[in-house]
Amino acid sequence: MDLNIEVNNNVLSARPGDTILDALNRIGMKVPTLCHLKGLLPTGSCRMCVVEVEGRKNLVTACSEPVTNGMKIKTHSARVIESRKTIVELLLSNHPDDCLYCERNGSCELQKLAEDLHVRERRISGNKNNYRLDVSSASLVRDPAKCILCGRCVRVCEEIEGVSAIEFVGRGSKTFIGTSFNHGLNLSTCVNCGQCIMVCPTGALKEKPHIDEIRTKLADPAKTVVIHYAPSITISLAEEFGFKPGQNIGGIINAALRRIGFNYVFDTSFSADLTIMEEASELVHRITTGGTLPMITSCCPGWVKYAEEFQHEILPNLSSCKSPQQMMGAVIKSYFAEVEGINPADIYSVSVMPCTAKKFEQQREEMTQNGISDVDAVLTTRELARLIRLFGIDMDNIDPELADSPLGTRSSAGKIFGVSGGVMEAAIRSAHYFITGKELLKFQVNAVRGLAGRKEAKIVIDGLEIGVAVVSGLKNAEILMEEVKNGRNDIHFIEVMACPGGCINGGGQPIGTNEESLRARMKSLYEIDEHDAIKVSHKNPYIIELYDKFLGKPLGHKSHHLLHTKYQVRDVN
Amino acid sequence: MKIKVEEILQQYPQAGRDSLIPILQSVQDSIGYLSEESVVQVSRYLKMPASKIFGVATFYNQFRFTQPGKYHVMVCRGTACHVLGSATVLEEVEKCLKVKPGQTTKDRLFSLEVVACIGACGLAPVISINGEFHAKVTTESIHSIFETYRQKEV
Repeated sequence: MDLNIEVNNNVLSARPGDTILDALNRIGMKVPTLCHLKGLLPTGSCRMCVVEVEGRKNLVTACSEPVTNGMKIKTHSARVIESRKTIVELLLSNHPDDCLYCERNGSCELQKLAEDLHVRERRISGNKNNYRLDVSSASLVRDPAKCILCGRCVRVCEEIEGVSAIEFVGRGSKTFIGTSFNHGLNLSTCVNCGQCIMVCPTGALKEKPHIDEIRTKLADPAKTVVIHYAPSITISLAEEFGFKPGQNIGGIINAALRRIGFNYVFDTSFSADLTIMEEASELVHRITTGGTLPMITSCCPGWVKYAEEFQHEILPNLSSCKSPQQMMGAVIKSYFAEVEGINPADIYSVSVMPCTAKKFEQQREEMTQNGISDVDAVLTTRELARLIRLFGIDMDNIDPELADSPLGTRSSAGKIFGVSGGVMEAAIRSAHYFITGKELLKFQVNAVRGLAGRKEAKIVIDGLEIGVAVVSGLKNAEILMEEVKNGRNDIHFIEVMACPGGCINGGGQPIGTNEESLRARMKSLYEIDEHDAIKVSHKNPYIIELYDKFLGKPLGHKSHHLLHTKYQVRDVN
Repeated sequence: MKIKVEEILQQYPQAGRDSLIPILQSVQDSIGYLSEESVVQVSRYLKMPASKIFGVATFYNQFRFTQPGKYHVMVCRGTACHVLGSATVLEEVEKCLKVKPGQTTKDRLFSLEVVACIGACGLAPVISINGEFHAKVTTESIHSIFETYRQKEV
C-alpha cells in the first residue's frame, strides 16, 4: 500500500520502505547528495541532502530517513538551502581552488554544487589542504588535497571490490584518505580497477596519464605508432562527444585516430577473438584431460591482481591466456612486424582501454618478449577523448573509415567482451564448435546476459553438462571463490570482471557513467552481435589466417610463447 | 617481536573485529608501539584489511607507530599548562630533541608525545619523562633536563 507524503505542500505518494530520497527521486524531485552511493547503505555523513520535516527540531538527511505516512517535507526551504550552502562553503574553505588546472574542471560535483547553490563569494576561508600527490601506482594518481572526505572511494573499494586498499586515516580536521601505514598505492592491495575514480566527486583521483608520452612518439619519425581500441570504447566514447549513450562510433574513431597521426589502427576485438580461440581450447583441454577446474578467465587485470593477492589457492584455476590487450600487443610486435618488415623495437604500441588496471598490466614483467614490452602505453576512454580534442578533430563532421588489416577485423563474439557475460558467451560458442564440430543453433546465451552481479547457468554440449558462472565486482568474485574452495564442484568455467557490469562500466570510462548509460552500452553491444554476420571467433577469417600463416594451432608452441602467461603470489597488505 | 604478538593473539581465541582495540592495546603494551609487522599479523588473524586497522588505530591518540625511545617524553597540553605557556614548552622540546610529536630521535634515546592532561595541573607547565614529572618547566630548564638524561648515557 502506498503512503501519502506532503512535499512542499503537494500531496504525493511514496512506497513503504522508501527513504525520503528514494521517494523524492521517484516523483522527479532532486535533492543534492555527496556521500550517497546508489545500491549501498546510506551513511548520512555529508549532510548535503538535508530536508525539513514537520515536527522534527533538526534537519533530517533524506538519504537515510524512511518515509512515514503523512510526513510533511520541505526540500528547498530557506533554512535547508542555507544549510546546504554552508556545507559547500566549508568544503571549499580548505580546497586548493585550482579548478582551471584540474582534471575534473567541468565534471566536478563540488563545482556543480557550488554553482547550483549560488556560492559566489568566499565567506569562510581556512588553511588550504596540503598533502603530497601519490603517483606511486602504475594506474592511478591520488591527490588528497582535493579530497572532500565523502568516503565514496573507501566504500566502493571495500563493499563492491572487497579490496579495502584505502581507508580514513586520522581524526577530525586532520583526517585524510590513505593507505595502510601511508605507503604509496603501489604497495597497497589496490588492484587498479579505478572504480574509486568513477565515484570520486572531485579531482582527488584520476588515471596515470600517458598522453604526453604518446605525443612524443607520434612526433618521432623513426617510430611506427600503432593503436588499437577495446570492444567497449566504440560505444562509450560517444557520450564524451555528445552522441547518444551507446551509439557505436567505431568508424569515426578509426578516422580520428588516423588524423591524429597513428600509422595503423586496429581493433582489440580481433585479439578478443584470438583470446577465445586459446581460452576455449584451454577449457576443452582441461575438461577432456582432467585439468584443474573450474577454469577462470584471466582477461581482467584487476581480477588477476586480486587473485594474486587474496586467492592464492585458485591461481592454478586461472586460464593461462593473456588478456586481449596483451595478445594484441604480442601479435603486433611479432606477426604484424614480420608481415610489414618492421623491427619490433621501432613499433610503439598503444591501446585504448575502458580500464585503469590495463596500465598496470601493460608494465608487468611477464608481458614482454626479449625485453620489449608487448604494449607501450594505455589510454583510457577519457584520455582518448582528451587526445581527440587536443588534436582538434571534429567528430561530428568526419567520415567513418575501416580499421587496418590484418588485425582490424573481428567477429561479434569478440565485440561482446565489453559486457559482463560476454567472454563467457563467446567462449561457449567456440567451445561448442571445438567439441562437436558443429555450430550452435542459437548463439544467444541469455542466462549470462544482463547487469546482475552474479549469473549462473548449465550449458549442455553434446550430452556434456558444463556449469558456468559469471560474476562482476570483486566482492561477488570473493563469495563465489569461497564456495568453490569449500567444495562446490558443479561449475566448470567462471568469468570474472572487477567492475560491476564488466568493461562498459570500467574505471577508465567517461565520468558520470550511470545505470542508464550502462544499459544503453550493453544494448548497443548486443545489437551489434545481433546484426553482424560473423558471430563466432573461430570464423573470423583473419584469425584463421593468423593461425595458418604464423601461430600454427591454438595452445601450440608459438601460442604458448606469445599468448600465454603465468601468475605470481603477491604479498601485500 | 613476532612471537610476542602471536602469544597475544592466542589469548583471543575466535576473536572478531570487536576485539580489535583490546588486541592493539595489548600489542602496544608488549612491544611499545604498533609495528607494521604486528598490524599485518593482527589483520591476518582477524581477517580484517590492514588499512582498516591502521584507520582505527590512527583515530585514537593512544596508539603510536614508531618505536619509542629509551626515554618517553610526554608534554602536557592541558588547559592549565596551556595557560602557563605549554605551546612554547612543546616548541622548545621539539627544538631540543629535533623531533616532532609521535617521532623518536635518531639515537633512539627520546620519543615525544603530546598529551591532553596528565593530572598535575598544580605543577604546570609540566612534562613527564618515563613517568617522572618535571614541574614548572621553562625554556631554559628544558635544556638542562634533557642534558641530565643525555649525561646518564655517556
